[in-house]
Amino acid sequence: MNLLPTPSQTAGPYFHLGLTAKHSISNIAGPKAKGERLRLLFRVLDGNNQPVPDAMIEIWQANAEGKYKHPDDPQEKSEDLEFFGFGRMETDQNGICIFETIKPGCVPATDGLAVQAPHLNLSIFGRGILKRLATRVYFAGDLANDVDPVLALVPNERRYALFAQPGTQGDSDWVFDVHLCGKDETVFFDV
Amino acid sequence: MFGDQPMTDTDSDLTRQHTGEPLGERIIVSGRVLDDRGRAVSNSLIEIWQANAAGRYSHHVDQHPAPIDPNFTGCGRALTDASGNYKFVTIRPGAYPWLNHFNGWRPAHIHFSLFGRALATRLITQMYFPGDPLFAYDPVFQSIPDESARQRLIANFDLETTKPELALGYRFDIVLRGRESTPFETA
Repeated sequence: MNLLPTPSQTAGPYFHLGLTAKHSISNIAGPKAKGERLRLLFRVLDGNNQPVPDAMIEIWQANAEGKYKHPDDPQEKSEDLEFFGFGRMETDQNGICIFETIKPGCVPATDGLAVQAPHLNLSIFGRGILKRLATRVYFAGDLANDVDPVLALVPNERRYALFAQPGTQGDSDWVFDVHLCGKDETVFFDV
Repeated sequence: MFGDQPMTDTDSDLTRQHTGEPLGERIIVSGRVLDDRGRAVSNSLIEIWQANAAGRYSHHVDQHPAPIDPNFTGCGRALTDASGNYKFVTIRPGAYPWLNHFNGWRPAHIHFSLFGRALATRLITQMYFPGDPLFAYDPVFQSIPDESARQRLIANFDLETTKPELALGYRFDIVLRGRESTPFETA
C-alpha cells in the first residue's frame, strides 16, 4: 500500500500560542550534560538582509558521543540522561534566538562507513514558508568538515553558508546566520 | 506548541483548559497517523493551534475586532496510541480576515504539527472543514497546486465519532513520509 503524504502548509504567524519564553525550549542540554558547552545564536534574515521577527527554529542534535536520543539510533554508545537533544524557539524582533547546548559528537554516515562532522539539524518554519526549511549547522574550522559526506554534496564555494562562526563572547559562543534568500542564501536540503 | 512539561488530560481537550467553557460549536477531531506504506505511526506527538469561534487568535499580533474568548487559548497536544489514533476535543474555529490582500479571509482551519519518528517526517500543516466557500479564494490553500493533494487537507464529517447532545465529529487522517527515513539521513 502506497499512501500519498499529507501536504505541508505554512506554520503562519501565530505558532507562538503557548510557545512563550517559559514554554519554548532553549536548553538542548542540561547543565550537567557531557560535552563542550555552546551558546549558539541564530539570526534569521530575509532577502533584503532584514531580520525576520516571527520565524520558528527547531534543533535536533546528537549528544557529545554522537548518539541521538531516539529509540531508532542503533549505536552502542552511552546515553546521557542530562542531554535532551531537541530545542525550539521563536526569533525575537531582531530575528534572533539563542540556544544553550553542547557540541555534538561525530555520527556515522548512512553507509555506516564514513563519519559525519559535528553538526546540528536545523528546521525553520514561519509565515510565508510553505514547507519546513531543513539545513545543517557545522562548525567553522572543525577538521572533520573536510571528510563529511553531506558537506561534500555542497559545492565548495557554497559551503560557508553551512558553517557557524565563532562569536564575540568567548570560546563557547557561536553565531549562525540563516539567509532565507538572496546571494548568501543558506543551503537548504531536500529531505 | 508546548515545552518540556509533562502532558496532562486537558492538553487534548481545548474546551477544558480554563474555569469556564469556551463559546462556539464543540467538535471532536480524531483520526489516524500513518506512514506512506499504511503503517501506524504510534506514540508520536501531535500539536495543534487555532483561532477561537469568532475567528480571533489568542495572540498579541492578532488585533482584528473580533472578541477574545477568556476560556479559550486554542492550543493542544496529544500522543498517538499504538494504532496511530489521536483525538482532540475543541471548538470549531471561525474564518478570519488577514491583511494579505483586499478582503482576504482564511477558511476555518486548525494548524497541525507532527513529529513522526524521524527528522524527515516532521510536518506542519493545516486541517480544513468540508464545503468551505473560501477555499477558492485562499492563497494558502491554493498554494498546493494539486487538487487531490488539497483534498487531503479537508476533514470529513463523521457521524460515528459525533457525540449525541455534545459535539460533531470530524475525521482527519494524516500520512507522513516513510519510517525508513532514519534520523541520520539528511541530504
